[in-house]
Amino acid sequence: MGVLEVSVTGQAGEFRLAADFEAGSGITALFGHSGAGKTTILKMIAGMTRPQAGRIVADGRVLFDSASGIDLAPARRQIGFVFQDGRLFPHLSVRRNLTYARWAGKRDATRPFGEVVALLGLKEHLDRSPATLSGGERQRVALGRALLSDPAILLMDEPLSSLDQARRLDILPYVEAIRDETRIPIVYVSHDIDEVARLADTVVVLEKGRMLAAGAAAEIFGRLDLGDTLGRQEAGALIEATVMAVDPRYGVAEIDVDGARLELVGEGFAAGEAVRLRIRARDVALALEAQEGLSIRNQLPCAIEEIANAGPAFVEVALRLGGQRLRARITRKSADEMAIARGRQVVALLKAVSVERRVARRRRPPQ
Amino acid sequence: MSEAEATVVILSLKVALAAIVFGIVPAFAVAWLLARGRFRGKSLLQAVITLPLVLPPVVTGYGLLILFGTHGPLGSLLENAFGIVFAFRWTGAALAAAVMAFPLMVRPIQLSIEAADVGLEDAARTLGASRAMTFLTVLLPLALPGVIAGAILGFARAVGEFGATITFVANIPGQTQTMSLAIYSLLQSPTGDAAALRLILLSIALCAVAIIASEWFARRLARKRS
Repeated sequence: MGVLEVSVTGQAGEFRLAADFEAGSGITALFGHSGAGKTTILKMIAGMTRPQAGRIVADGRVLFDSASGIDLAPARRQIGFVFQDGRLFPHLSVRRNLTYARWAGKRDATRPFGEVVALLGLKEHLDRSPATLSGGERQRVALGRALLSDPAILLMDEPLSSLDQARRLDILPYVEAIRDETRIPIVYVSHDIDEVARLADTVVVLEKGRMLAAGAAAEIFGRLDLGDTLGRQEAGALIEATVMAVDPRYGVAEIDVDGARLELVGEGFAAGEAVRLRIRARDVALALEAQEGLSIRNQLPCAIEEIANAGPAFVEVALRLGGQRLRARITRKSADEMAIARGRQVVALLKAVSVERRVARRRRPPQ
Repeated sequence: MSEAEATVVILSLKVALAAIVFGIVPAFAVAWLLARGRFRGKSLLQAVITLPLVLPPVVTGYGLLILFGTHGPLGSLLENAFGIVFAFRWTGAALAAAVMAFPLMVRPIQLSIEAADVGLEDAARTLGASRAMTFLTVLLPLALPGVIAGAILGFARAVGEFGATITFVANIPGQTQTMSLAIYSLLQSPTGDAAALRLILLSIALCAVAIIASEWFARRLARKRS
């Protein structure tokens, strides 16, 4: 599947917007507080808002280029758009909504209708009217309708934000299924750090119309300089890991992180499964050497890579663990007394329970 | 129904239907401009459209006479260019009815277009629909209840039109004498009371049928959407 290249400037509310990124296969999350310009970027890609200058290319097709005066109409861009509020046509049945691109948009080469209906579990809802659907069902229809428009790229504008927490967890697997089954690049706008941690392969961080950072999800989550934008309390590292063994007697799973071993409490793990873990910085403590007689079972030797101040009382510490990065947030007083410094070997202590598997996911098969 | 009564009723229906059929498309266009347009002079347009509603109908009729009369600037232009004559013809009665009914047609359509989410049209565009297709498959169906309401209101206004019609095209039996005009003429003669009453009852029946039909249609539309 193709690649989306975006390099635009324009106006987003009161801010000047400047964005320059690429979105390849998988999910690229545009992350930032509301008003950062995330939705404006999506609208520019879809052709609903015109950038002041720049260039947008999808799958090798130039959609917009201010230099050569190209500005394709939205109908000709083949960009699927899943709106925050679903925007289903209220006067049409679910079936007519799903097939809209075919009968009204003349998009003939779409993927099989039955396949999409099965993927999103919409079979028994086809003859209903959108007004009778629940919020979650509505967003599933919106996902299906966009998929059936034969899109080169899928844009999702906070598709879960109108749903309550339980519904969100219901819909997330469908978004992941679309990513895995269709291989269409997805640009996913969100201000929810949990969603981004779970879904994103690539993250673009936006603030007041400016791009603060862009890169692989683990790299962005490991950065200490994005503190306020990513959220101080929620800041944490993303770790890709593999389940080695499960001990049902204690409800504990043994997890491999680049050769280091972790123990996690939690149900539903399966040996051999690839998982993504999110370990919050505030849940990680540091010791100068391995401890004995502790109830904390996870002690990981690692090297200090970077130290940054986080307010007057705290410091953030980045730790190298195999090929990955762990983060710890400790008081400045501890840091001084322990004489923590770059390059020093320490032991990271994390409680088994502090590792949450809810951001776990299957790793995609190699392409 | 006597032959004379039939003539009056058929002429009234013809005039009112022509007023709606030819008035509804411009009414939709103006309603769209007022609902979605962003231009200078929008409130002026709104005022001009509403004018026939507040002006004495006689004034509107006189204005039509000046503009569309045989020697009026628009009247002579239309006659020379297309051979269309309004003065003292049923077409003139239809024009008067259309002008009087126009604000009543515009208003409900305008409200229904304002209520239709523009975002739905954006969504249709991303799904490949052209502007024309988006209009036909999204805006028009969403605005349909307003169009129907406008047509019904306009029809009722057109059937009952009196002042502008009699001023513009006079009261010519078989040509411009619609139901209201015929009732008026009968009431002027000392022996016309009974005949007038028959026409009055006929007009009530006519309007009742129109309203029931529109209610039925509106309910069917609402049921289809829930």
